[in-house]
Amino acid sequence: MSGHGAAVAPPVGATRRGPFPRRATRSTGEQQRRFVLLLLTPALLGMLVFFVYPLVATVFFSFTRFDLVSAPQWIGLRNYRYFLHEDPSVWQSVRNTLWLTAVMVPSRIVFGLVCAGIVTSVKRGAGVLRTLFYLPALAPPVAATVAFVFLFNPATGPVNQVLSWVGIDGPLWFNDPSWAKPGLAVLGLWTVGDVMIIFAAALLDVPRDQYEAASLDGANAWQRFRYVTVPNIAPVLFFAVITGVIAMLKYFTEAVVAAQVASGRANHGEGTATTLGYPSGSTLTFAQWLYQEGFTNFYLGYTSALSVIMFAVAVGFIAVLLLRSRAFVHGGAA
Amino acid sequence: MTTALTVPRVATATEPPRRRNRVALSWVATHAVGIALGLMFLLPFVFIVLTAFMSTNQALTAELWPRSWHPGNFAEVFRKAPLFTYLGNSLLYAGLATLFMLMSSVPAAYALSRFDFRWRNGLFLAVIAMMVLPPQVTQVPIYLMWAKLGLTGTLWPLILPNLLGDAFSIFLLRQFLLTIPEDYADAARIDGCGEWAVMTRIVLPMAKPALAATAMFLFFVSWNDYYGPLLYTSENAAHWTVSLGLAQFRTNHAVQWNLTMAATVLMMLPVIVLFFFAQKAFVQGVTLTGVKG
Repeated sequence: MSGHGAAVAPPVGATRRGPFPRRATRSTGEQQRRFVLLLLTPALLGMLVFFVYPLVATVFFSFTRFDLVSAPQWIGLRNYRYFLHEDPSVWQSVRNTLWLTAVMVPSRIVFGLVCAGIVTSVKRGAGVLRTLFYLPALAPPVAATVAFVFLFNPATGPVNQVLSWVGIDGPLWFNDPSWAKPGLAVLGLWTVGDVMIIFAAALLDVPRDQYEAASLDGANAWQRFRYVTVPNIAPVLFFAVITGVIAMLKYFTEAVVAAQVASGRANHGEGTATTLGYPSGSTLTFAQWLYQEGFTNFYLGYTSALSVIMFAVAVGFIAVLLLRSRAFVHGGAA
Repeated sequence: MTTALTVPRVATATEPPRRRNRVALSWVATHAVGIALGLMFLLPFVFIVLTAFMSTNQALTAELWPRSWHPGNFAEVFRKAPLFTYLGNSLLYAGLATLFMLMSSVPAAYALSRFDFRWRNGLFLAVIAMMVLPPQVTQVPIYLMWAKLGLTGTLWPLILPNLLGDAFSIFLLRQFLLTIPEDYADAARIDGCGEWAVMTRIVLPMAKPALAATAMFLFFVSWNDYYGPLLYTSENAAHWTVSLGLAQFRTNHAVQWNLTMAATVLMMLPVIVLFFFAQKAFVQGVTLTGVKG
């Protein structure tokens, strides 16, 4: 998106919006232009310092060997070759990230839609339900994750306790390599409230008369959902998919904290890597590996290459999002 | 297209009884599922709070209800960990970040929502791109900048950038500001009001709920942030926030689940209390993030 570097050019030809024709004299036009520039200056500077420059610099660093001690040294594509052929952990982190994306994005959208459907169709107590459904999404991710590791702890946790009442021998969850990611997915479902709120607003915007017309035409509940609801909320569904994928691309906090708390060992502070991806690397995500290589091991050149790779994946989704955003850029508020 | 077929809704009383039963049945089903789901969302909170009140020994058993209540656990948490330091750091981070964001992002959002200029749409798309770009992508050069300034190890690298605009806040404020009609502003302009006065005396006072909701958003995001404080302050425990302290709590200070859950409750509480005070504005804000393409 560095192509938007053009955006840092001073805004030219500022005119105010509104129903009145531009009968302003030249000097007020000039004043207004200066006013707009003044308003935008901090943000434009921020864009330059925290967006445009670091993007360019990251690409440069990705071709270098670089730690905090010595200056960057040009090594061409070595970092990328290391990524493809030698890095012992990166592909595991890619697989884990793909797993989480494939499971969590669709399940959160479907579950969010179900919850939104319920919240918008109950007549009484909709406000209470909405708050209940939304509250977990508000909980700080660290707190929610710590709580989940406790709730799902195999020996004495309430979840396995409840499962045992119905005769199910619960798994080891965050202590079992094949159950840790499903545990994170359940956590993702518990915090589905943000998706739910957006879907609920979209559902309320679907014109009532379309449902009635469909009913009169003999459409059953599924057909009404499929041919009336889905087309009407399609843009919001699309937005949820894109932001969901990007959220998985940078998925970090829950995985780190779950590994740390479940293993019972400290991770930061001492700078040890013993809990990374615990158990057995099953929760090691790409964002986590990138962090580890960059800010624990200080392979800043290599981590820049990983950043470029993350950017390459993200940029496709961001581009689609921006293209689709045209409508609301002009169309006003959501 | 189907709207052409719309017929005035038939009164329920004239519908055949079978249909009425089905409607009643679906009403019960919807509410039953709603209540069941509501309980499932609520139950983790219940278990957390119950465990926070248990004795240390009982918290290590599979029992779900406290045999005796120990509110002293919450005080014990403060003795086990420097929680006041963590809380102070979190407040400093979230409070200053929010204040700085308002100073820099409100003007930018105002410009994007109220004036036409050549690069406006390109600029807005750039804001969206910044908003969704994973922070890891640009992390190395930004970290190096702060290292050169000698500010790594503190929370300032997370606070100061807000002086130069926060993309998500600009986006949200712009969406909010577009819902405020321009008529009042135009009336004021005709009365000879300058642009600065139009913004500060006419439009922004009308946008108070929007400013409050956006401020709350950024406060929550900063309060909940783990990645940022971990990156910059993990080596320097004096600058840890609550999120870092809590992530370490069970390993550094205690293996007791009751104290860990008490600490968890203490971290969730401020956010939840704040939410209940401003629920309506906040929910409207979340809704505005759900961009329709």
